[in-house]
Amino acid sequence: MATTTLHPAAPAYRSGLYEWLTTTDHKKIGIMYLVNSILFFLAGGILALVVRVELAQPGLQYMDEAFYNQAFTMHASFMLFLFIIPILAGFGNYVVPLQIGAPDMAFPRINALSFWLLPLGGALMASGFLVSGGAAAAGWTEYPPLSGAKYSGTGTDLWIMGLTLIGTSSILGAINFLVTIFKMRAPGMTLFRMPILVWTVLVTSVLVLMATPVLTSALIMLFIDRNYGGNFFDPNQGGLAVLYQNVFWFYSHPAVYIMILPAMGIISEILPVFARKPLFGYKAFVFATAGIGALGFSVWAHHMFTTGAVFLPFFSLMTFLIAVPTGVKMFNWIATLFRGQLTFSTPLLFALGFLSLFLIGGLNGAFSAAVPVDFAIHDTYFVVAHIHYVLFGGSVFGVFAGIYYWFPKMTGRMLNETLGKIQFVLMFIGFNLTFFPMHQLGLAGMPRRIADYAGNAGWSELNVAATIGGFIIALSMLPFFWNVLVSLRSGKRAGDDPWEANTLEWATTSPPPAYNFDHLPEVRSERPVFDARHGRTTAH
Amino acid sequence: MTADAHALTAPEHGVAEAHHTGGIGNPVLGMLLFITSEVMFFAGLFAAYFSIRAGYIDADGLHRWPPKEFAETLDPFRLTTAHGDLNLILPATIVLVVSSFTCQWGVWAIRRDDHRGFVRNFAVTLVLGVTFLLLQAYDYGVLFREGMTMGSGTFGTTYFTLTGFHGAHVFGGALMLAVVLYRGMAGQFSARHHDMVEATSLYWHFVDVVWILLFSILYLL
Repeated sequence: MATTTLHPAAPAYRSGLYEWLTTTDHKKIGIMYLVNSILFFLAGGILALVVRVELAQPGLQYMDEAFYNQAFTMHASFMLFLFIIPILAGFGNYVVPLQIGAPDMAFPRINALSFWLLPLGGALMASGFLVSGGAAAAGWTEYPPLSGAKYSGTGTDLWIMGLTLIGTSSILGAINFLVTIFKMRAPGMTLFRMPILVWTVLVTSVLVLMATPVLTSALIMLFIDRNYGGNFFDPNQGGLAVLYQNVFWFYSHPAVYIMILPAMGIISEILPVFARKPLFGYKAFVFATAGIGALGFSVWAHHMFTTGAVFLPFFSLMTFLIAVPTGVKMFNWIATLFRGQLTFSTPLLFALGFLSLFLIGGLNGAFSAAVPVDFAIHDTYFVVAHIHYVLFGGSVFGVFAGIYYWFPKMTGRMLNETLGKIQFVLMFIGFNLTFFPMHQLGLAGMPRRIADYAGNAGWSELNVAATIGGFIIALSMLPFFWNVLVSLRSGKRAGDDPWEANTLEWATTSPPPAYNFDHLPEVRSERPVFDARHGRTTAH
Repeated sequence: MTADAHALTAPEHGVAEAHHTGGIGNPVLGMLLFITSEVMFFAGLFAAYFSIRAGYIDADGLHRWPPKEFAETLDPFRLTTAHGDLNLILPATIVLVVSSFTCQWGVWAIRRDDHRGFVRNFAVTLVLGVTFLLLQAYDYGVLFREGMTMGSGTFGTTYFTLTGFHGAHVFGGALMLAVVLYRGMAGQFSARHHDMVEATSLYWHFVDVVWILLFSILYLL
């Protein structure tokens, strides 16, 4: 491993464009992941507003159904595949090598390839808007026959190709994370001293490695059916329509954990720091993470209860079982906060937002796991509420917690606390105003993926509330971007360790040098920087 | 980790020296993980194949797989097809299985620093791999003449998807073999440093195993 040469004067973040385009430094690649993901977050957010504007009142006001279908399909595709999954991989890229005391990822050039596949795949996917027939429009799940050659055009092929590239990016990234975590840890950094974020990235990487290739196979079968006269999913030719759903969800349910586990890791880093306590039940947390990952492979068919083609009791039971390790984590987080010396900085606020909103997302998920209830609420707005409480209330709040927490490390400057708190309050209110009414809409029978509804259906007021909430979420982005712009230029200097944190990334400068560490503190526990600060090890 | 754990008692050591080097090499571990993902990719296709095959009923209402019009063509033990073409799928299978052996002999050679033996065995492996691809292309030609295409019901779809993606992986493996061979002929690799040789051979064995499974389910079972 002795490849790092120590040349101290390397300027970390003042290099030219060429340096960024050709870099293999995990920190720069991580930041590019974050920036690229935020751009797609904006694009997906604009599409969400398009959807909300159309749904604010009955009737079709601003677009036809065909464009509406493209808008919600591409909203979900951008948010899931080009925002949440990559931005969490971005945090992993930036933070994991630092937290385990490594100089870089195991395969820096493959790391760069993983990143560059993302804008390429995203551009392919988005270019569907430019071709005749428009972008993919059969929902982010792209079930045949709706996504077959008969009903959808070139945009769907571009979507398939784009997603295949994005999947390849994920797989290469997962291999890189796993080898890095298994082979590049600093002396003393045993598996059970690794920060929780590293553990969650490890389990996530296993999920990506095992599940994403199955999505690739589903996409390829769909592509063959569409373009080369294949018969995988055409029942008239002996194919199986439900086959696509099985193969697709074999990926896409574990993908839900791919989208939440690293966010759980992020807040598990943040809560102990701002509660001035160690994480409660470290090992239980690790096993719960592994348990969620393992169970995640046995619940895919709970998305298919109403197909009548799956064994309901098994998949229902396994789905309920997921609540056990998730409950363990919830308990650990609350116990970490209990009697802690809480400082309500912005990262903690977002982490608490995660806890409260993810709790709701977990509870309404348990409702959906019950087969009779699911038959009633399947494909209604209740499910839309559930997914957003988990992935927005959970993952996105976790992402912003992570941005406020590590921005000082990445840039050497603190983000402004007041603007951060304004953003949090706006986002929290806007989020609940948008998505809580969707529970009632779903129970009132409003189906998802419709552009229009009857004026006398009784859904109008709640839809207006949801649309207003959507614009408040959009508004909450303004203080965030203003904050980033201002703080990059004139934010408070961060110093090495502004939060008095626990893990190794705070033992080096902000931003860290290209080779990460001049010296590593001894690793004698899962909180090496805490130990060094309090003289529990020999500092050097 | 433990071997170097005491290194941190010497504070003057930089990060670079303190890191552990030993055990399985990063490229080999990376390749094993990549193969894991490839296994899952083929698992998806195999799952589709078995699901479709299990429910298959032909025009006579019978569960005959492969469909009767292709059954004769796909019998690996018949020397010629109905149109009189040579049936070379069994020789192709033998070629690929043998190439796995030559590949492993190459790996064993470089492990004992026998550079010549390594280069020779890898050259033979590459030639065998390319031969397999040529035989497969010939076989596709035969099947097309028999009227079997991607659109020939679910059998044609699954057959060409599975064998096509396997062929693409053989092609990828052959490229890797070619790179290793080129570097080997340029004098690279030794008993100490040959991670890429190990990684490439793992991939080649994987491709071979997939073919054995494919041959079994498509031609024998």
